[in-house]
Amino acid sequence: MSKNVLVLADVRDGELRNVTLECLAAGTTAAEGGTITVAVFGSNGKDLVEKLAHFGADQVLLVTNSELDQYSTDAFFQAFKAVIDKVNPDVILTGHTAVGRDVSPRIAARLDIGMVSDCTAVALTEGRLTFTRPIYAGKAFVKKAFKEGAVLATLRPNNIPALEKDTGLSATVEELTVELPADSIRTLVKELVRKASEGVDLSEARIIVSGGRGVKSSEGFKPLQELADVLGAAVGASRGACDADYCDYALQIGQTGKVVTPDLYIACGISGAIQHLAGMSNSKVIVAINKDPEASIFSVADYGIVGDLFEVVPMLTEEFKKLLAES
Amino acid sequence: MNILVCLKQTFDTEERIAIEDGQISEEGVEFVVNPYDEYAVEEAIRLRDEHGGEVTVITIGPERAEQAIRTAMAMGADKGIIVDDEDLEAPDENSIAKILASVINDLEYDIILGGYMAVDDGSAQVGPRLAELLDIPHIATITKLTVDGDTVEVEKDVEGDIEYIQSKLPLLVTAQQGLNEPRYPSLPGIMKAKKKPLERMDIEDLDIDEDELEGRTETLETYLPPAKEAGKILEGDLDVQAKELVQLLRSEAKVI
Ligand SMILES: Cc1cc2nc3c(=O)[nH]c(=O)nc-3n(C[C@H](O)[C@H](O)[C@H](O)COP(=O)(O)OP(=O)(O)OC[C@H]3O[C@@H](n4cnc5c(N)ncnc54)[C@H](O)[C@@H]3O)c2cc1C
Repeated sequence: MSKNVLVLADVRDGELRNVTLECLAAGTTAAEGGTITVAVFGSNGKDLVEKLAHFGADQVLLVTNSELDQYSTDAFFQAFKAVIDKVNPDVILTGHTAVGRDVSPRIAARLDIGMVSDCTAVALTEGRLTFTRPIYAGKAFVKKAFKEGAVLATLRPNNIPALEKDTGLSATVEELTVELPADSIRTLVKELVRKASEGVDLSEARIIVSGGRGVKSSEGFKPLQELADVLGAAVGASRGACDADYCDYALQIGQTGKVVTPDLYIACGISGAIQHLAGMSNSKVIVAINKDPEASIFSVADYGIVGDLFEVVPMLTEEFKKLLAES
Repeated sequence: MNILVCLKQTFDTEERIAIEDGQISEEGVEFVVNPYDEYAVEEAIRLRDEHGGEVTVITIGPERAEQAIRTAMAMGADKGIIVDDEDLEAPDENSIAKILASVINDLEYDIILGGYMAVDDGSAQVGPRLAELLDIPHIATITKLTVDGDTVEVEKDVEGDIEYIQSKLPLLVTAQQGLNEPRYPSLPGIMKAKKKPLERMDIEDLDIDEDELEGRTETLETYLPPAKEAGKILEGDLDVQAKELVQLLRSEAKVI
């Protein structure tokens, strides 16, 4: 039976985050031929319509209030609720990101429906939509389904592949006006301080070079950055490295930091604490470089080198340079 | 100031996970206060010490959950409430948020704290759901909290960026790592905790329909991830290993 699907777009600095395209792919599975609507909040939404259409959106709903240019729970909640009232969706999908994770549970409570968070797979099994998600920091998984009512799920970035881009597709566009009285916004964001560097968003990166306390200083991140530059990779870090002030917390990967699922994760001088593994153990291929052969990071690694990262990392950089120059 | 803390008792982080009869086995498991809830307890005690008032910790759980409440009391919390969950069939986040809302609706409060997620289910839903049910604002993943009169200033972790947010009481906040360093319970604290008032409730004591509490979702399957094949630890001189690794990443793993 075809379903009405609603996706809330995740926009950062005017750009769509990939997780929105991944929601569109999951939405296509869920819709079974039904309509897929994407809600875009903020004044620049119309610039994103074409891309959304190319990746599977049938309809784009723009809510252009400037109060929505920056996230606040109450403003997004009201706009999201207004969109839901209009679209009357059977299935609602968002990214498991700062935005989706914050506003969706409130929507679930208001609509009195279930919600499944942080899904890594969505499937249609004998006519029933099922959602797979990690529990216990990734030590186990559950498959969940909804009993009745609308379906609401947040998807972990970088797990469900987006559809192939099809430039032949287009979407209808509609604007929705939402009243957002100032006194309805009870938490006021006074300032946002960006810590995350420009460039590759860690949660979307295809390759991550990550450093831990073993990197020993902020200088110590240099060889990692050089390797990352050669690979077009992002640089990440363990809590240990952040706490020691070798790098900013914005680089942190793990339960407290970003959850990443790159194709390749290169862990340098990271011991592999469970809270770190929670953020990266789903990576497709894991390389560990650590001078301690007993380090737990080796238990999740596909390839390991036991040795001093300050020797190994520059060698890898040289080898990758050669390889990439050949091809 | 009336301060409420919602907390959950969870597996110790280091526990291995085993599955028995299709469910996570609790056999031989050590339980702790969910680490993110511990930050909430610590912050609550600091607020009380600064502004006066009382800290009440609330949990939903079985018999053993009393231990988590006593730990919070040993840290300094004043009172506890346990709602026995034994009659609850397959609860989900809907059930838990509604039970908490029902308990809290009968209490006086200025601020409610909790962890941003529990390290077992990790769904990060209960805090915001509860705030919505109580019709109060929430701020999630906070790393700093200051209360002055009824004005609240918060630093919120947003995927590594920081938002400076202002709000008013009553408010619900969820704690992120970095908010504080939770204290260890002192010996006198542990002794005192044994005598602090603890109220036990059953689901029937709550003014709420059973239908309301039913899980809106169900778990079809719980399983362990496929055992990872032992990784390849390379050998030989480091420069030879580096060469080999790069080749393997291209030809075997095909990620370069
Ligand atoms: C509630 C909570 C949440 C947490 N959340 C997170 C999180 O999100 N992310 C996270 O990462 N951690 C998190 N932690 C912290 C976690 O438990 C670990 O303390 C942290 O991950 C350790 O960082 P590390 O591996 O860099 O440091 P260490 O454990 O100190 O490991 C350093 C490693 O570097 C190796 N090394 C040293 N020198 C060299 C060298 N020259 N060459 C090669 N190897 C070398 C050592 O052998 C060692 O294995 C959390 C903890 C708690 C309690």
